[in-house]
Amino acid sequence: MFKGGFIQNLPKIYGLYTGGFIVFILLMAILESAGVSAANIGIMFVAFTVCIYALIGYLSRTIQVDAYYVAGRQVPTVFNGMATAADWMSGASFVAMAGGIYFGGYTYMAFLVGWTGGYVLVSTLLAPYLRKFGCYTVPDFIGTRYGGTLPRFCATLVLVLASFTYVTAQINATGTIASRALQIPFELGVWVGLISILLCSMLGGMRAVTWTQVAQYIVLIIAYLIPIFWMGNKLGNIFPHLMLGDEVQRLAALEAEYGLIKNSAADIKSAGVPGGLKYISNPHSAVPAGGMAVWKYLSLAICMMVGTASLPHILMRYFTTPSVKSARKSVAWSLFFIFLLYFSAPMLATLSKLQLMDPNLPTAIIGKSIAEVQGIPWVQNWMAVKQVFIADFNGDGILQLNEWFMRGDVVVLATPEVAGLPYVISGLVAAGGMAAAMSTADGLVLAISNCLSHDIYYKIIDPKADVRKRLIVARVLLVVIGALGAYIASMRLTGILGAVAWAFDFAMSGLFFPLVLGVWWKRANTAGAVAGILGGLTAGTAYLIYVGPKFMANTPWLGIDHLRFGIIGASVSLVAMVVVSLMTKEPSAATQKMVDDVRVPSGRAILGKQH
Amino acid sequence: MSNKEAHWTKTRNHMWVTLAIWFFFSIVIFMFGESVNQGSFLGYPLAYYMSAQGSLLAFVILIFWFANKQEKIDDEHGYGGEREDD
Repeated sequence: MFKGGFIQNLPKIYGLYTGGFIVFILLMAILESAGVSAANIGIMFVAFTVCIYALIGYLSRTIQVDAYYVAGRQVPTVFNGMATAADWMSGASFVAMAGGIYFGGYTYMAFLVGWTGGYVLVSTLLAPYLRKFGCYTVPDFIGTRYGGTLPRFCATLVLVLASFTYVTAQINATGTIASRALQIPFELGVWVGLISILLCSMLGGMRAVTWTQVAQYIVLIIAYLIPIFWMGNKLGNIFPHLMLGDEVQRLAALEAEYGLIKNSAADIKSAGVPGGLKYISNPHSAVPAGGMAVWKYLSLAICMMVGTASLPHILMRYFTTPSVKSARKSVAWSLFFIFLLYFSAPMLATLSKLQLMDPNLPTAIIGKSIAEVQGIPWVQNWMAVKQVFIADFNGDGILQLNEWFMRGDVVVLATPEVAGLPYVISGLVAAGGMAAAMSTADGLVLAISNCLSHDIYYKIIDPKADVRKRLIVARVLLVVIGALGAYIASMRLTGILGAVAWAFDFAMSGLFFPLVLGVWWKRANTAGAVAGILGGLTAGTAYLIYVGPKFMANTPWLGIDHLRFGIIGASVSLVAMVVVSLMTKEPSAATQKMVDDVRVPSGRAILGKQH
Repeated sequence: MSNKEAHWTKTRNHMWVTLAIWFFFSIVIFMFGESVNQGSFLGYPLAYYMSAQGSLLAFVILIFWFANKQEKIDDEHGYGGEREDD
């Protein structure tokens, strides 16, 4: 089945797979009604899906270089779109985004605009040209376009820094979900997550990751949408996305009624609220007043957009399509599949907020007596693991809006329980979260190890290495990088979202302008590229250390805080690159001819098939 | 002007038009978020709606349009080949 006709049979294969998954969900629902415990259903969901991914990974094993690095450049447009969407949507998108909107309201939704708008930059400025280039990795482009070992090495540095920041957060997320679903300690969950990730990618590299990511996309999108439609229908909205206007207005009215009170830091501390838990103090749909609020929104959106267009694990997905034309189309399909989840997240946040706040709904808790709320089973469950907390600040025994603390992740993970949906849905959500975190971690670990094995080992250390040796090095690096990520994740250093935004900022600081100008500005030369990469990276990192709350914690300049340091990095990168390029000699005629060839969408790739 | 140059000029202009539309939906609307939010669509406050769904949808449509139009430009100049490296 995986020989010859595999590509032609893809729709059929994944159609069967989707059908099989739905049958599995129904089977779980039957088992639940037959009295199988919730815990066992959770275990079966996660274990079954992970086994399927591992099977796909095994069936896609390969010993060819271009299959290992770029899936043989034969991934059809739509399927590459699905794989990119899974690659893109991380544990943060799946588990934390709705929670972020729940607490942050309109301001937080800058992430939504940023994480989708970035694809416009990818498709207009980069993807088709990088595909025409025919490179294996992003530093491969930098190294060939600018020539010499130094630019390649600098680009590798940025790639490793950005991707590694990101991957620890993903392994952390797989660990959290695995430990909760399989009921094992977090430290063990991290290693279980890592083994699942490696099973998908080790034998088949990019080819295996591509086909598991498609499978993971299908699981995660089903798992995200079913609870939303189910809950929406409970409230009488057949298609919630188009019909929640009244609910959003109702929330605004409830906010006015209850009041958005800010707790003082001293109060929070003396009540003993566990770290990472938040309470609602931002309006859901109102736009905060003032120029600074506008700038905060825009600067975050800009960082996420430009960062998207610089993240190597996303750009490398477009190296796998058969042609320049299909690379372009594939960006469009990627965004479409991402859009399906992203335009649902605010609806989930709206529905789950209403469930808790609206006194007309049986699930509401705000305004009830605290003793009563503490007796609700799901509140007890989540309180036991310190994900939920109640602090009676004014001592009246009634739960106020500012007295209810919750971790953002709970919005996605607990909403099915809160809304009284059967447990099978919670199991499904756990499987979806696992799929989201695994697929991103896979893409990232592969991006790092491919880059180190191709750009550092093969291109710089040992250019005479044969295919077998190259692939062994690639696989050893994959395991080492994964293990390192898991080790750091098991030390629990950062929360999921802080680290994710940093990856975007690192990538945009060091890579955006060297990549874009490499295609769009013929005059850009080697010295300029090195200055752009190192200047941007240094400035960005220095600024992060200057403002980062965990580092020097100085007052941010113009509201550019640690989530937005890429603004500084990328600006410095642009200036350094342009100034240094203009001060030094223009690139050779051969390089200029290469840029001309990159701009022509048809014809041979710049780099050969086996390079 | 050679065919190659003509193709590149058109490609570049197409890129600028696409980015101008992108700029409108990603930046301009939210620059005036407070006043935009006075309007409403499907019962949602307008800036909230654009941030939650509207701009996102605009980007999806924009990229499909961009890809299709660019394919037309490529075909006009004889660069529309499907596969290149076999």
